[in-house]
Amino acid sequence: MKIVLEHLTKRYPNRNRKIKTEVIAASDLNFVIPDGQLIALLGPSGCGKSTTLNLISGLEPPTEGRIFFGDDDVTSLPPEKRGVGLVFQNYALYPHLTALQNIMFPLQNIKGKDRPTKEQMRERAVEAAKLVQIDHLLERRPKEMSGGQQQRVAIARALVKRPGVLLLDEPLSNLDARLRLQTREEIRRIQRETGITTVFVTHDQEEAMSISDAIVVMKEGAVHQIGKPQEVYDDPVNLFVAKFLGTPPINVFAGEVKNGVLYIDGGAVLNVPGAPDGKVSVGVRPEGFVPTPNGSLPCPVDRVEVMGRDTSIVFRHKALETDAGRAIVSAEDAVGISDAVRFALKPHKTYLFSADTGERIRFEIEGGGHEKE
Amino acid sequence: MKKNNLKAWLYLLPAIAFLGVFMVYPLFDVVIYAFEEGYNSASQSFFGVGGYNFSYVLHDPYFLQAVKNTLILVIITVPVSTGLALLISLGLNSIKPLKELYQTVFFLPYVTNTLAVGLVFMILFKKTAYSEGLVNLLINAFGGKSVDFIDGPYWAKMLVMCIYTVWIVMPFKVLILTGSLASVNQDYYNAAKIDGTSKLRTFTRITLPMISPMLFYLIITGFIGAFKAYSDAVALFGVDLNAAGMNTIVGYVYDMLYGNSGGYPSYASAAALILFAIVFTITVVNLRTRKRLQF
Repeated sequence: MKIVLEHLTKRYPNRNRKIKTEVIAASDLNFVIPDGQLIALLGPSGCGKSTTLNLISGLEPPTEGRIFFGDDDVTSLPPEKRGVGLVFQNYALYPHLTALQNIMFPLQNIKGKDRPTKEQMRERAVEAAKLVQIDHLLERRPKEMSGGQQQRVAIARALVKRPGVLLLDEPLSNLDARLRLQTREEIRRIQRETGITTVFVTHDQEEAMSISDAIVVMKEGAVHQIGKPQEVYDDPVNLFVAKFLGTPPINVFAGEVKNGVLYIDGGAVLNVPGAPDGKVSVGVRPEGFVPTPNGSLPCPVDRVEVMGRDTSIVFRHKALETDAGRAIVSAEDAVGISDAVRFALKPHKTYLFSADTGERIRFEIEGGGHEKE
Repeated sequence: MKKNNLKAWLYLLPAIAFLGVFMVYPLFDVVIYAFEEGYNSASQSFFGVGGYNFSYVLHDPYFLQAVKNTLILVIITVPVSTGLALLISLGLNSIKPLKELYQTVFFLPYVTNTLAVGLVFMILFKKTAYSEGLVNLLINAFGGKSVDFIDGPYWAKMLVMCIYTVWIVMPFKVLILTGSLASVNQDYYNAAKIDGTSKLRTFTRITLPMISPMLFYLIITGFIGAFKAYSDAVALFGVDLNAAGMNTIVGYVYDMLYGNSGGYPSYASAAALILFAIVFTITVVNLRTRKRLQF
């Protein structure tokens, strides 16, 4: 089912009653989640992503704006009438019920002629359990299961009513690293098998990048960028998005543009035709550095970490926003680097942002049409 | 290691000595007293060993009256007070404005002195030469006839006793239950809401099981507390409870020791052991049911 958010805004009164201003948890959200896609709401804590999820589920009413599921306006519908499945961050499995009873719980709430018989309930619960591959654990209580298994029971419980929308709140945050990798693949598989429109909330950009069809990057209640993971990574609209996506993170230098040339710490490093003169923040992805003897960006090297295929160079530079920067170069290029290195910058891995607003400043890439890969 | 142990015992010594003298020794002594026949407290002598004390106590009409009173009190006040406390806690948990005020109001009886409460109940229920008592005035206002609640018929006295007990024990239960209701993770309720669970089903299938450990705790301590009732009866009906026909088992034990008809530690010990047996049995039954129902 397609989800449409129109001018969706959620404001809370301030907890401190003396302060009259309101807390804006979500401000003027406008986006469409196409049918059958897996979408990640990504952002740091407090960015309003969980609020957005609660607005979609109906647990919280919006202050302004409307929500559509398909063509139906569901803004004023209570959660149970929206046909959503929600998986909570802590799973919220009922501890006194077995896995099977937990999965059957939503079905037992159905009243009237739609109410399935006991056998049908059981059948559907087992079917949902099979989908998440926990059909051998049906008689266990939540505390007798691992975090990953509990997670699956929670997903099965959310899916058993065959909702049009599946919502997952930080589905992986309570799992250990190994399970996290495994479970995110699971979520992807389940989503593909059921074809259900899925929205999940995460603060982990790797998680969001790896399994979603599109990511919505949020900060302070506002959407900053929406797009396919690779697009958002390659073409960030502002410094926040650039910084938030990518591990290792992007390196940010203070720089200046003069007559179409980018200067860092007084040295000309790159031709940036089309960029207006002025102070800028220069973002360079770790893979955007090329060590060459006549590179224009000289940096002292802290250490060189060999990671097999690639080599990671930790360097210093006084124009860097952080203490140290990190470049990832191929092993051949890194040969002979020990104390100092001179880098050339790849134009399509280098981004200019306004030093004041953090907004992206675009420039033409010489000899390569556009800066996009 | 050995030295550390010694140190630990040294630290524990005051507590152990105190508990030993005032708790453990009397515990064994009660059993000994209970089986010494014809014990004379003046000469500290007895005729023989046997079960006569139990037989005497069990044939004493005052004791049987006390057992009856106590059982009625237990059977009525424990479910009523726990049920009411649950209702009040649910109410307290669902209101927002003035929540703190109501919580304080409901907790006040807990910090109020038993005898002070007894005095208030006197004003409410006692008929004197000058006043019929507030409750009787109310009954009169609705066209009923005055009832002597304090010196009148048995059912009236029992009613006052039960109301008094419920009123006294409720605040603690309300406190515990409001706490445990508030500690149920809101996500469970959100999950239930998403699944369209009705209010009643949410209560019976989620809330009740979630707070059941606390509920069981309250029921068990409630049973034990009600079996030990004594001061409440004194506050309402004065020290001569046998005459009022409102004695409790603990009251009977006390009277056998220190009352006007007192001076019989053997009978008192026998009665105390019988009370122990009853409380023990009921607690075991309680714990068994709890285990079966626990998740």
